[in-house]
Amino acid sequence: MVMKAAADKNSILAPGEMLQSPAAPPSVTHDLSENVILTTVDDLYNWCRLSSLFPMLYGTACCFIEFAALIGSRFDFDRFGLLPRASPRQADLIITAGTVTMKMAPALVRLYEQMADPKYVIAMGACTITGGMFSMDSPSAVRGVDKLIPVDVYIPGCPPRPEAIIDAIIKLRKKVATESMQDRAYTMQTHRFYQRAHKLKPVPPILTGKYLQMGTHSSPPKELMESMGMPVPSALAEKTAHEETN
Amino acid sequence: MNQGIDLQGSFIRAMVDLGFSPGVAKTLWLPLPMGVILVAATVSIFVTVWLERKISAAAQQRIGPEYAGPLGTLQAAADGIKLIFKEDITPAKADPWLFTLGPAIVVIPVFLSFLIVPFGQNMVITDIGVGIFLWIALSSIAPIGLLMAGYSSNNKYSLLGGLRAAAQSISYEIPMALAVLAVVLMSNSLSTIDIVNQQSGYGILGWNIWRQPAGFLIFWIAALAECERLPFDLPEAEEELVAGYQTEYTGMKFGLFYVGSYVNLVLSALIVSILYLGGWEFPVSVTWISGLLGISETTPWLQVITAAIGIMMTVFKAYALVFIAILLRWTVPRVRIDQLLDFGWKFLLPVSLVNLLLTAALKLTFPVAFGG
Repeated sequence: MVMKAAADKNSILAPGEMLQSPAAPPSVTHDLSENVILTTVDDLYNWCRLSSLFPMLYGTACCFIEFAALIGSRFDFDRFGLLPRASPRQADLIITAGTVTMKMAPALVRLYEQMADPKYVIAMGACTITGGMFSMDSPSAVRGVDKLIPVDVYIPGCPPRPEAIIDAIIKLRKKVATESMQDRAYTMQTHRFYQRAHKLKPVPPILTGKYLQMGTHSSPPKELMESMGMPVPSALAEKTAHEETN
Repeated sequence: MNQGIDLQGSFIRAMVDLGFSPGVAKTLWLPLPMGVILVAATVSIFVTVWLERKISAAAQQRIGPEYAGPLGTLQAAADGIKLIFKEDITPAKADPWLFTLGPAIVVIPVFLSFLIVPFGQNMVITDIGVGIFLWIALSSIAPIGLLMAGYSSNNKYSLLGGLRAAAQSISYEIPMALAVLAVVLMSNSLSTIDIVNQQSGYGILGWNIWRQPAGFLIFWIAALAECERLPFDLPEAEEELVAGYQTEYTGMKFGLFYVGSYVNLVLSALIVSILYLGGWEFPVSVTWISGLLGISETTPWLQVITAAIGIMMTVFKAYALVFIAILLRWTVPRVRIDQLLDFGWKFLLPVSLVNLLLTAALKLTFPVAFGG
């Protein structure tokens, strides 16, 4: 959340400088939205978003096993209105379940960029908070997913139990509930990856059935046929002789 | 024949008595049933989504939506409002016109098809002569929208999903149309009102399902395929195609596909109940009961009760079928694309042709039972 520097002289910020991640939501529009009818609209808007947080089906390691347990009947996150979506375009929430490697990092950032605002991130497990057990000597693990994408809620654990994810979801719901419609302009993402056009070109079919009709598939090799006492077809004998001369 | 309650006639007569000309009175009447049906169709989405999530939860021994409203009934409303306010992304290399037009072309024909759905003798927006044929014609517009959505997204999964959706819809439209043709053959009319009237008079025994058991099954299978419901939800197969033609859609454009699929399911269930389950007919003929009790059919309170029962029966039958569709979705596995097309072309099409010929032969042999 970004906040304009206050105009008073005691401010530690230079005039026009933006304060990153303040401890409280911006108070500029706060009074207005607290005191005017907009507050009810905000409540409705927040309630709708917190009641239907669609998580993306994303999992890179063992944490996803716990996440998958959450989808199932014992823990059932559909109670909170969470409906897993396979496409990032329709997801509101990404739970980074599992170690993120350097190779996965661009893919993860890209998935986050493809999600539509407003969007939320839950960092699940030790690996996505600090790198976890890979934080000492791994050449490839990313030391915390917050180096790549902004994280809203962290869940400690290795891996965290499904109850811990439920707790994180409830904390995220509380966070969503305190937001205001007017802050959307601040939180909306402006720069995204560009998309390139797919170069679709026709390729000849590979499943033509000719593979099984090859000579080597219709009859056994020459040596085997000779040893079995079967007559060697003249074409096969000539072909092998020709190949041997080469 | 019992003409039942005539709201349009009464309304126009009342307006004419108030001093309006008949033309103005008719114009004032026209938007009323349309508005009522639009609202009813929209409410049916909320009901169906709630049923889907609760029944799926029950099928998997889960609880389902719990905290959004009592028993999670407001879940669909929360989803819908959230989708309206979500950011609307058009992928940079997508075709913006086709991308926007696609969902609209999928949804509009579905809502337009409610024109010919009758809830009673006079409870229909318009009783046009080509009734059920209009529905078949409108339902074949949707694949164009799906293909547009898949092609314009500039995404290989979308393109594959769109092609699958078009192939599936076109394959299953033919057996469906042939099954409808067999029903039309018996009722001698394409009008949905005439099709229901032809089944009326004998209660549950007169319904088309007894005369057209094969046709009923063919139609139901084809309707599920048209709605892209499991076991035929190949265009959106998550494991293969991310989300099919919907992959690149966000916000309300995605919501439109969602709305379209659920309204289409309810519409298909309504059409099945009209074609095969006697539409607004009560399982025991109301005319027969009133005759037994010695009450005239034109008694006003009886007409009101008959109309209320008619609406309730149509909706009840449709939702019983929706329940079966949801239960099917959460209990059967998905078929492969080649199995789907084989089943459509090599099995359903010949069977529906035989069904049509058999119906024609039976109509010539037993004109009493098969609408001579």
